[in-house]
Amino acid sequence: MSVEQHEVQDILTQYDQDRDNLIPLLQDVQERLHYLSPQALSAVAEHLQLSENDVFGVATFYAQFRFTPPGLHHIKVCEGTACHVRGSSRILDTITRTTGIEPGQTSEDGLFSLERVACFGSCALAPVVVVDDKVYGRMTSAKTQRLIEEKK
Amino acid sequence: MSFAARQQEALAVWRVFDQPELRRILVGSATCGRAAGSLEVLQAFRDELAQADLEKSTALYEVGCLGMCYAEVLVEIRAQDGRRVLYQGVEPRHVAQLVEQHLVRGEIYWPLALAQMGEGTEELPAFHDLPMIKPQERIVLRNCGFIDPNNIDHYLARGGYSGTARALTMGPDAVIDEMKASGLRGRGGAGFPTGVKWGFARATPAAQKYVICNADEGDPGAFMDRSVLEGDPHAVLEGLLLAGYAIGASIGYVYCRAEYPLAIERLQTAIEQMHNLGFLGDNILGSGFNFSIKVKKGAGAFVCGEETSLMQSIEGKRGMPQSKPPFPAVSGLFGKPTNINNVETLASVSAIMEKGASWYAGFGTEKSRGTKTFALAGKINRTGLVEVPMGINLRTIIEEVGGGVSGGKAFKAVQTGGPSGGCIPARLIDLNVDYESLAEVGSIMGSGGMIVIDEESCMVDMARYFLTFTENESCGKCVPCRMGTQHLLRILTTITAGRGTLADLDSLRKIGDTMKNASLCGLGQTAANPVLTTLQYFEDEYRAHIEDHACPAGACAALIHFTIDPAKCTGCGLCARACPVEAISGEKKEPHLIDQGACICCGSCRQACKFDAVLVS
Repeated sequence: MSVEQHEVQDILTQYDQDRDNLIPLLQDVQERLHYLSPQALSAVAEHLQLSENDVFGVATFYAQFRFTPPGLHHIKVCEGTACHVRGSSRILDTITRTTGIEPGQTSEDGLFSLERVACFGSCALAPVVVVDDKVYGRMTSAKTQRLIEEKK
Repeated sequence: MSFAARQQEALAVWRVFDQPELRRILVGSATCGRAAGSLEVLQAFRDELAQADLEKSTALYEVGCLGMCYAEVLVEIRAQDGRRVLYQGVEPRHVAQLVEQHLVRGEIYWPLALAQMGEGTEELPAFHDLPMIKPQERIVLRNCGFIDPNNIDHYLARGGYSGTARALTMGPDAVIDEMKASGLRGRGGAGFPTGVKWGFARATPAAQKYVICNADEGDPGAFMDRSVLEGDPHAVLEGLLLAGYAIGASIGYVYCRAEYPLAIERLQTAIEQMHNLGFLGDNILGSGFNFSIKVKKGAGAFVCGEETSLMQSIEGKRGMPQSKPPFPAVSGLFGKPTNINNVETLASVSAIMEKGASWYAGFGTEKSRGTKTFALAGKINRTGLVEVPMGINLRTIIEEVGGGVSGGKAFKAVQTGGPSGGCIPARLIDLNVDYESLAEVGSIMGSGGMIVIDEESCMVDMARYFLTFTENESCGKCVPCRMGTQHLLRILTTITAGRGTLADLDSLRKIGDTMKNASLCGLGQTAANPVLTTLQYFEDEYRAHIEDHACPAGACAALIHFTIDPAKCTGCGLCARACPVEAISGEKKEPHLIDQGACICCGSCRQACKFDAVLVS
């Protein structure tokens, strides 16, 4: 077994075979592997005695799940209402220009991946950018550009 | 141990926390505080206290959110004189000064002092007299920012769980009657009377029933539930426990969105504490009532805020809404009778059981009792989380609590209810905020997002923004919502690009009406509201885009261009540095120029300019 398979098996043994464990299982697997590989999805399906089709159907329904590995630095741009009226689209443009990737993509060097998020609930600090789970509030294009240069 | 004895122990813990001669520092560390840097401030205090050899004689706590997000990081310091001073905008660089000047010498550090807790003085107003706080009435937020959310004793000492002790002696029917008498209506948006809802679930006979706390706060621009969960998790969990007791459920779920990791952490800690003290488990407080609570993390689907979708998601399925009837009270989670309430409703429930229905019914209006929390954000001076009595005037919220529109711009509209709500124009600012009045003007109370919009925001673009969201989040199960959101978005995009026709306006209305009447769930039924209300109140803006190919607010990139006013430009070069595409050039101290061919109309230069020299036309 590969390291990845071992890790997935570790997680599976913590859950019994009830269907309502499906989403928590996928969340745990993604937390460990940072994405859901086809092999991991198959293993989850087998464990819960569901079809792969069923599991993939659930996984693709929810925005949280990724099917490609993210970059070393994962950037999330908040597109909540407060962020929108305070210029989040400008921030997103800046990131796309500086990293060369669109939302949903990972840069070729594997350094950055970019995601749009509906709302972090930190509206008072709008516009908000989250890089590797650290929240940066009251962003401007210039601040965003500096932040990304720092991470390069 | 009896509940009374338990309360005494908690009071002893609270007295230590609250004794005036103890040096104490409280750092507001909810998610918003942390985003503003509260953890760095907390660490700086830790280091400074250690260096000054004060760590043993000073208590340092993380607390929840006071709701004054604009003033984060907020720190309350109490020196040995017992006076509690609230400081705003604290950064790590201020910490040494705060410790040395206030904590050691007992002198207020004026540059950051905001208010004094308790009574005010001539130089420093009382917290409760601040313009943002004065019109508020805090029931749901009663403990947020004042207690350590990780300490159940703090919650107990401030009256927590006494409502549960009372309820368990009253019996479930009396608890439901109490809820009916309080007039509490569901705070998730629809406003259905909570007591009546509980009555339905109680009336369905079944061996197994469930209660669910809907903490899938998905409206962009809303963060009320997050703040309550982070600042006072026990208030919500006690409400869920009471709901379970009332309807006869033994298992409760909290369905919380995964984007709120701190809230989930605080919930899990709180549930463990409830178990340890016997507020969860078998035979709670000797009443024979058994109850347990599980936390389920959402996975990022807006439609899961709808109750039938939410239950599908807990069951491990795609979160698609189901037809009603059967209603959840008859056949809900795993086919069993289920009651679902939102976070704010449950936090109100625990307060009502503690203080009584008539006390609660004393707030608000005849049909909308109690208080409502709002997340005040957008173009407003004092962004934050507020709780006001129902029926309060919109003007009071925006001008007094929120301190008016930021940047001296003109107030244009306020958006309530998120993607399901509508835009209320400035001329209706004297509207009372209650369920009926908001519905009359075409908006909804919603869960409590309140976004202030100024003259620089385009209403067509606002409608397009919300439809981008709902089109993306529509689950695709029913045709009116799936196709309706797609068509609305396409038409709105055409209009903002200056290619719309007047016939488009009729199409928008027709599609919107169809979606309202024919969609399966609340998402589709309300998704057209942002379009319909902006059309109702701001049709002239739509017409300007179509007839004059102009965006009056100067927001739609396809219809505007930027120029620099040579009379105002000082040649400081800020705009050129801000420009992401290097479209601005000019000599130092000479007026600059924008290359119209290269300009992408992002507006960065306008934002950067300190002399209002960048014009939009």
